[in-house]
Amino acid sequence: MTRDTMIDGWYPVSLASQLDAHGRSTALMGEPIEVRRGEDGNAKVTGGNGRALPACIRYGHVWSSLGDPQKPLFAIPEADQPGRRLVDVGVVRVRCSPLRAVENFLDIAHFPFVHTDILGAEPHTEVQNYKVEIREDEDEVWATQVRFYQPQAAKSAEGGITTEYMYRVPAPTCSILYKTCPPRPGEWDVITLFVQPLAEDLCDVWPWMALFDDETPMTDLIHFQQTIFVQDRSILENQIPRLLPLDPGMEIPTRADLTSVAYRRWLKRHGYTYGAQLVAQ
Amino acid sequence: MKLYDYVLSPSCYKARLMAALVGVKLDIRPVDFHPGAEHRGPELMALNPAGSIPILEDGDLVLTESSAMLVYLAAKAAPQWLGNDTAGLAARVQQWLSFSHRLTASLGAARLHEMLLRPGNIDALQGQGTAALRELEAGLVEQHIRGQRFLASDRPTVADIACFPYVALAPDGGVSLDPYPAIRLWSRTIRGLDGFIEMPGIHRLHELKPEPVPVVGEA
Repeated sequence: MTRDTMIDGWYPVSLASQLDAHGRSTALMGEPIEVRRGEDGNAKVTGGNGRALPACIRYGHVWSSLGDPQKPLFAIPEADQPGRRLVDVGVVRVRCSPLRAVENFLDIAHFPFVHTDILGAEPHTEVQNYKVEIREDEDEVWATQVRFYQPQAAKSAEGGITTEYMYRVPAPTCSILYKTCPPRPGEWDVITLFVQPLAEDLCDVWPWMALFDDETPMTDLIHFQQTIFVQDRSILENQIPRLLPLDPGMEIPTRADLTSVAYRRWLKRHGYTYGAQLVAQ
Repeated sequence: MKLYDYVLSPSCYKARLMAALVGVKLDIRPVDFHPGAEHRGPELMALNPAGSIPILEDGDLVLTESSAMLVYLAAKAAPQWLGNDTAGLAARVQQWLSFSHRLTASLGAARLHEMLLRPGNIDALQGQGTAALRELEAGLVEQHIRGQRFLASDRPTVADIACFPYVALAPDGGVSLDPYPAIRLWSRTIRGLDGFIEMPGIHRLHELKPEPVPVVGEA
């Protein structure tokens, strides 16, 4: 489908920590781009025809856009709280639609089957009722009051706990997960999935985290999240159809899929269809 | 025994899997291979000038080749895994241990390219990987004709563990296992071994559902 409606959005294109003068060749929605550190120390992004593209550095990553962003990058106020560990998980390429990568991140029901003994375990497979809304003021999808039994919810979790989650979709290829924080009750750990759309069926995924955890070594935090995401990767690469279907006749959702339904409805409303399939084929 | 380990590395997984199968407890030292490239840093380069992981340390012994680690773990804890009962079997095991390097260089490099954006000629890597898989498939079919379920014998040996990870993860590098029924059956057999552990991309066998039984009284 078209990329026109998503062209003014911000997308992650590099880890800020790996930005260098030599640069990195990558792509955004089919267009080759170059990302490098300029002489002034700022990120420079160049489009396919040599034009300078907008660039900013936020949440551990360099962000850019093929168009003219009307809004600054979405805010994650929690990420600026003092005392959090900021974790650059690193890029993983997935041969799937960028929208499917986000949709999978929003799904809770797969935990016991794909992330067995980490984020879920049989027989605790029930997804309890939760709340989903499209918040009109922020223009974001939110799922709240999500609860799930998890054998090892985070690297800092000792044994099984019922974890509470909130999911947020502030942009078509980005999602933020807020999760019970075992060492600091009352606060939320922030786990994000930033997806760089390379093509309609190919993306680079940049997970990033802002956690309250003073104990766990950084490498263990990185490996925990890479384990989870690479368990998802083989599933994502085998989903059919490859593009995310927005036609309600294509799949039959259940109650557990309410977040996915809201996400798809929100994408359709805005015409965010790069990586989507509008009519069942 | 200390293993310098990366959770997504199939070569590191060989050592973890072998240790689990023979009941050896490893002291895991996670290495930030990606994105941190810690294996190229001074501490690990001093230990292994080749700049690769895994590295296995046991007292004075430092091993940097995964096949040597498999042999060491088996010799220490479960020598039947060495498969050195006869000259023919010992040679077959060595044949597949050497062959396993071709899997690393082809399917492993294709996976690093497709997943972690490492450089490489992807068409050539996938082509070499496919050639290696065809050879393995033929070898396993011949084993079936001999009535043997594993690569070198009717029992698992270090040869199976040396070859299994890169083969099972071939789809990560864009090489499908659909054309290879003998490989898929072998993979299933290995995943069914007592003590088997998984890694990301290699899923465990979920318990099979009970046999369906006819409901009494239904027409």
